[in-house]
Amino acid sequence: MSFEKFIFYIFSLVLIFAATMVITRRNPVHAVLFLVLAFFNAAGLWMLLEAEFLALVLVLVYVGAVMVLFLFVVMMLDVDVAEMRAGFMKNLPVGLLIGAAMIIELLMVVGPKYFGLDKFAAPVKHAADFSNTEALGMLLYTDYLYPFEIAAVILLVAIIAAISLTLRRRPDRKYIDISKQLAAKKADRLRVVKMESEK
Amino acid sequence: MSMLIDFWNWLPVIIQIVIKIVVIVLPLMLMVAYYTLLERKVIGYMQIRIGPNRVGFKGSLQPIADAMKLMFKEIVLPTKANKFLFLIAPMLTLAPALAAWAVFPFDETLVLADVNAGLLYVLALTSMGVYGVIIAGWATNSKYAFLGAMRSAAQIISYEIAMGFALVAVIVAAGSLNFGDIVRAQQGSAAHWFWLPLFPLFIVYFIAGVAETNRAPFDVAEGESEIVAGFHVEYSGMAFAAFFLAEYANMILISALTALMFLGGWLSPFEGTFAESWFAWVPGFFWLLAKTFVFMFMLLWFRATFPRYRYDQIMRLGWKVFIPITIVWILVVAYAVVNKMPWWFNT
Repeated sequence: MSFEKFIFYIFSLVLIFAATMVITRRNPVHAVLFLVLAFFNAAGLWMLLEAEFLALVLVLVYVGAVMVLFLFVVMMLDVDVAEMRAGFMKNLPVGLLIGAAMIIELLMVVGPKYFGLDKFAAPVKHAADFSNTEALGMLLYTDYLYPFEIAAVILLVAIIAAISLTLRRRPDRKYIDISKQLAAKKADRLRVVKMESEK
Repeated sequence: MSMLIDFWNWLPVIIQIVIKIVVIVLPLMLMVAYYTLLERKVIGYMQIRIGPNRVGFKGSLQPIADAMKLMFKEIVLPTKANKFLFLIAPMLTLAPALAAWAVFPFDETLVLADVNAGLLYVLALTSMGVYGVIIAGWATNSKYAFLGAMRSAAQIISYEIAMGFALVAVIVAAGSLNFGDIVRAQQGSAAHWFWLPLFPLFIVYFIAGVAETNRAPFDVAEGESEIVAGFHVEYSGMAFAAFFLAEYANMILISALTALMFLGGWLSPFEGTFAESWFAWVPGFFWLLAKTFVFMFMLLWFRATFPRYRYDQIMRLGWKVFIPITIVWILVVAYAVVNKMPWWFNT
C-alpha cells in the first residue's frame, strides 16, 4: 500500500466516522463539531485529488465561516432531547420511506452509468507547478461564465432577501447616530464651574 | 561541510521535515516568550513604570519564570465542564497558529512548503483559530466564558470578510497566490511595494488583523473589566498558557504577513537607490524581521493607547466601513492591473 493510499484511507475512515456521529449524537453542539471534522477530512481528500483550491476554500468557507455561525446558533438553543424523541416512532415509517427514496435516487445518479471508470478515467498526475486555481479560474470565467454569473446574482438576491426579512424598525431601539456622537464637543457636555473652596 | 550535507541527504525525508519544523517553531516560541516581556516593558515605559525588573538582569528571565510557573500549576477542571472539549480547545487554538508558518517564506528560498495556494492556506488556517475560542467558551459551562465566546465568534467572522477582500486585492495585484511570487511582484524599490497602490487595504488589513487576534482595542472577547477574562476565565496552568501562546503567535503571524504582502517581505528597503550596494550584504531575513517588528511594536502601542471599542462600534467598523472600502479598492486595483498602470503593474 502506497503512502498516498494510506492517507486516503485514514481521511475516508475519519470522514465516515464523523458523518455517522453527526446523525447519531444527541447533543447538537457535538453533532456540529463532528460535521466540522467531516468537512476537514473531505478537504483532505480533495487535496489528494490535487484540487487544492477547492480543498482550501472548503476549509475557509465551510469550516471557517458557515459552521462557526452554525455553532453560534446551536449553542444558544436550549434543545430538549426528550421532546425531540417523543414523535420518533410515529414518524419512523415516513422517515424510512423518504430515506429509501433518497438512497435509490442517489444510486441512480452516482451509479456506474454516469460515473463509471470508462466515463471518467483516473486523473492524470500534474507537475508540481500546475496551478489548480488558475485552471479553475480559466474554466469558470470562459466556458462557464454565464452559469457562474447567474449563480452569483441568485446568491446576491438571497442575501438581500435574508437581510430585508430580518430588518425591521423597532421603535424602542436605543440606536445612537454615530455622526452625532462624533460631532459632540467638549463644550456640549462639560461645564466648568468656578467656586470658592468650602470649609 | 560536505560531510554535513551528505549526512543531511542521508536522513529520511520525514526526519528532514521534522527538523525543519523544529527550526521554525523553536525560535518562534522563544520570540513569543520575549514578546510578552517586550509588551510588559513597552507598556510599562509608556505608563511611566519600569515593568518587570526582578528576575535575571533587568527582568530578562521573566518569561522563563512565567513559563515555569504556568507549567507547574494545576489545571483545574470545572465540575460541569465538558472535559474532552475543555482540554482540546487550547490545542485547537494553538495548532493553526503554528501550522500557518509552514508556507511562510523567510527569504528568497527559505520556505518549508512552497505551495501554489499559500495565501489561501494561511487564510483557511487562521479562520480555524476561532474554534478554540468558541469551544472553550461553551465547554467551560460558565456565563462569562460563553459571552466571551459569542463576542469573539461574531467579531472574527465580521472582520474575516474585510480581511479576505483585502487579500483578494493583493492577489489581483500580484497575480499569484504564492507568497514568494507576491513578494517578487513588489520588486523595484520601497515605492514599488504594495503599501502604496493598496494603501487603504494595507490599513484595513492590519486593523482587521488586530481584531482577528482579539487584541486591544478589539479585545471584547476577554474584556476583563466586563466579563472577567471571557472565554478562558476557567483555564489555568498549561491550558491557559496554550491560549496565551496562540494569541502571541497569531500577533507575530499577522505582523509578518502584513510585512510580507504590503512592505515587500525580505526585499531591501534601499533597493533601487544609491545605497543599495552598501546594504547588499544584509540577509533578506533581517529586513523581514525588521518590518515585522514595526507591526509587532504597533500592536503593543495600540494596547497602551486606545480604550476598548464598544461592541456595536466594532460591528459598524467591520461591516459598514471596511467592507465597502475593500470592495471599491478591489475595483480600482483590478482596473489598474488590466490597464497596466505604469510603475507598479506594467511588468
